[in-house]
Amino acid sequence: MRPLVSSPLARYLVRRLGVSALLIVGVTLVTFVLTNLVPGDPVAANLGQRAAENPETVAAYRAHYGLDRPLPVQYVTYLGNLVQGDLGESQQTHRPVLTDLQSAVPATLEIAIGAIVLSVLIGVGFGVVAAVRRGQLADSALRVVSLVGISVPTFWLALVAFYVFSFQLDLAPGSGRLAPATTPPPHVTGLYTLDSLLAGEWETFGDALAHLMLPTLVLTLYTVGLLTRFTRSAVLEVLEQDYVRSARAKGLPGRTVLFRYVLRAAMVPILTVVGLAFGALLSGTVLVEEIFAWPGLGSYAYQAASHLDLPAVMGVGLLVGVIYLVINLVVDLLYGAIDPRVRVQ
Amino acid sequence: MWIVVAVLGPALWPYDPLIQDFPRLDAPSAAHWFGTDELGRDVFTRVLAGARVTMPLAVLLVGLSVAIGGVLGLAAGFFGRWVGETVMRLTDLVMAFPTVILAMVVAASLGASLLNAVLAALVVSWPAYARVTRGLVVGIREADYVLADRLLGFSPLRSLRTDIVPMVTGPVLILASLDIGTATLLLSGLSFLGLGAKPPTAEWGSMVAAAIQNFDSWWLGVFPGLAILTVVMAFNFLGDALRDALDPRTAGELGKAETR
Amino acid sequence: MTALEIKGLTLRIGDAEILRGVDLDLEAGRIQGLAGESGSGKTMTGLAVMGLLPARSHVGGTITYGGRDLLALTPRQLGDLRGTEIAMVFQDPSTSLHPMLSVGAQLTDHLRHHLRLDRAAARARAVELLERVRIPDPAGALRRFAHQFSGGQRQRIAIAIALACSPTVLIADEPTTALDVTVQAGVLHLLRDLAGEMGLAVLMVTHDLGVMSAVADRVAVMRDGEVVENGDRHQVFTAPAHPYTASLLASLPGATGGVRSLDDVRALEES
Repeated sequence: MRPLVSSPLARYLVRRLGVSALLIVGVTLVTFVLTNLVPGDPVAANLGQRAAENPETVAAYRAHYGLDRPLPVQYVTYLGNLVQGDLGESQQTHRPVLTDLQSAVPATLEIAIGAIVLSVLIGVGFGVVAAVRRGQLADSALRVVSLVGISVPTFWLALVAFYVFSFQLDLAPGSGRLAPATTPPPHVTGLYTLDSLLAGEWETFGDALAHLMLPTLVLTLYTVGLLTRFTRSAVLEVLEQDYVRSARAKGLPGRTVLFRYVLRAAMVPILTVVGLAFGALLSGTVLVEEIFAWPGLGSYAYQAASHLDLPAVMGVGLLVGVIYLVINLVVDLLYGAIDPRVRVQ
Repeated sequence: MWIVVAVLGPALWPYDPLIQDFPRLDAPSAAHWFGTDELGRDVFTRVLAGARVTMPLAVLLVGLSVAIGGVLGLAAGFFGRWVGETVMRLTDLVMAFPTVILAMVVAASLGASLLNAVLAALVVSWPAYARVTRGLVVGIREADYVLADRLLGFSPLRSLRTDIVPMVTGPVLILASLDIGTATLLLSGLSFLGLGAKPPTAEWGSMVAAAIQNFDSWWLGVFPGLAILTVVMAFNFLGDALRDALDPRTAGELGKAETR
Repeated sequence: MTALEIKGLTLRIGDAEILRGVDLDLEAGRIQGLAGESGSGKTMTGLAVMGLLPARSHVGGTITYGGRDLLALTPRQLGDLRGTEIAMVFQDPSTSLHPMLSVGAQLTDHLRHHLRLDRAAARARAVELLERVRIPDPAGALRRFAHQFSGGQRQRIAIAIALACSPTVLIADEPTTALDVTVQAGVLHLLRDLAGEMGLAVLMVTHDLGVMSAVADRVAVMRDGEVVENGDRHQVFTAPAHPYTASLLASLPGATGGVRSLDDVRALEES
């Protein structure tokens, strides 16, 4: 017997996955075209000028990476390998791109997860307070905070934070994920905090957490600003709705009206922005990781892009594309969970 | 205020932004308000000069994005069907990519220059306008007054010009004004990564990047960063004010109360 | 028996004078109609009783209920009265019900808050209420959402929510204006029946004199923030004392100062 509720959901998921797969192929195509149609030459970028003047070296290099074949063939080959889980070999690190990504992703996730959780808690909280206290002192103060948040250049903030807290005040540890003397915990998830906890290494855990703090907080400021502004306007809009007045007319306490009636409705638009904020976070990691010498996805992407390391760039693009699609899917599924009108379709 | 600085330009500069005549890495003093950098240039002058680099480019970037995105969005919304589908799938593709990473790839392959940074940023920033414009056009296209004019025999192009474009302009301009700040951040970020302005140019992002080399001299990085922060804040503030002024929903609470 | 007494009610919002001394008595088991054009202040009179006026409102006069002046109560005291003693039904049930909360949740949350019922008791009471407003399959309806009901059913649900804690006063603000003409009559009859059964004192705000003639016991007519006429339905409709009332009646379609009666509405209902 087929379950009544889950079958439309299952069909929906299958359709979404199909569209997603197409989009992923599209992402690889765009990356591929972009990196090949532009004037930069990966051979020169990776071998250095002197080696690039030697035709034999160049030919050997091209043959090794398959660059001597026509572009469409290169692309089809890439897709073929991709299906088998082979992302190619980085022209820069000379390791499989998959291996590189496997070590970079947990490092970035460790910052990004902390940052998004903090941002949602603080940003949504601030936004609700600002909306409820509209026009009062708290609203104005939060308006300034959020304006600064969305206006501050992340790379500069990272630098200033590093200078003040690590260099001058010595309150935070230096760059990297761990102090030089600390050995990484045994690999389980790749998240140092989680792994050290699993291994029961408390000192390593403390060190990893201390190293996480600054980059996470720096990344958080922008998304807090974004979410504060957006939550404020979403809540203000809901506060004007008739059903909020009905809830008041029922004599429910203000707190109940706010959490049960207002926030539930405001959550739908807020979720969309949380999805966007996560994208902004990923972009932000590129700049922040550079400054904190954090061996994550952002640093890897930067290295790959500036050396025109095609397989690595494609790998990053692919991964980030997948992350985006997953986030979009999660957001859409959460819509359905919150808003019954969406579920019907 | 920054606009004044950018317009007046050299008239306000105490020194030449490129001249290297001063003691190197001097802390801020009466003669050099923001100190001097590693090559003996006056940081205050360079920060002022930077206003003429980033701000016009940010405005140019947003202008081009509005033009490209706007035209494609109009076409997608007005002509519908496959034009619309094609444009929207294209925006899906670009938007599935995080801005900085895509811009980084484009900028890296084009080679480091400020103009290339603008081109790279353009690739990632037009889709937002295409989507917003299309959404507005689709909403307005079926409005009674547009249909009425079409029934009166307006040609599609005339209908587009007289009924649709004016209605779309306001919201798109608000979005654009809010976006100049973001554009400034993106461009200075690319320069910070060494993918925009080349060394002698006084660009705020690259000045912050250069400051990393001389970590002790805090004034090298702090002032250009503050310049970016204040400019972006000003643009965001302006955009907010514009939106509040043009959005009829925030006005006239009184009229609304009785009609309910 | 007078359940609620409005005396000399004035309201100023900013610089605008909305109400200029309104007097009205609501009696238990009777429906007091309040007619008038848009902007005459009839909706604001209802909201003033609920204490739901917009920000920057300045109120004067008294609204006496159970020996207390509602305008002098603290927000907390007012909150305890709202929903339990004085309830309200709004104009458009498609916006006055929360779209993302189940009917059951919206029917029981104030029951549980005000009457301290447990989950099962609140549920039982909710089913009973939905039966009373004639919603088919009441138990199943609790799990459903507002958009899954027709307009008329939604307004019946809104009425059930308002009456959940057995209030003594009900403010109905244009309760049928947003509904199809064909279902208006049903909702009006329901309100009238409930008013009789529960001994409710109803203030029925509407601009629709046809609706008014169908259910109101007494009819008050407002203009520019003042009550210009208040009397027995029959008297107001057949022999209006104020020229404004007369002109309103004359503007009814197909009417020459005559009465649109309950029979007209019945005829609609049957067609």
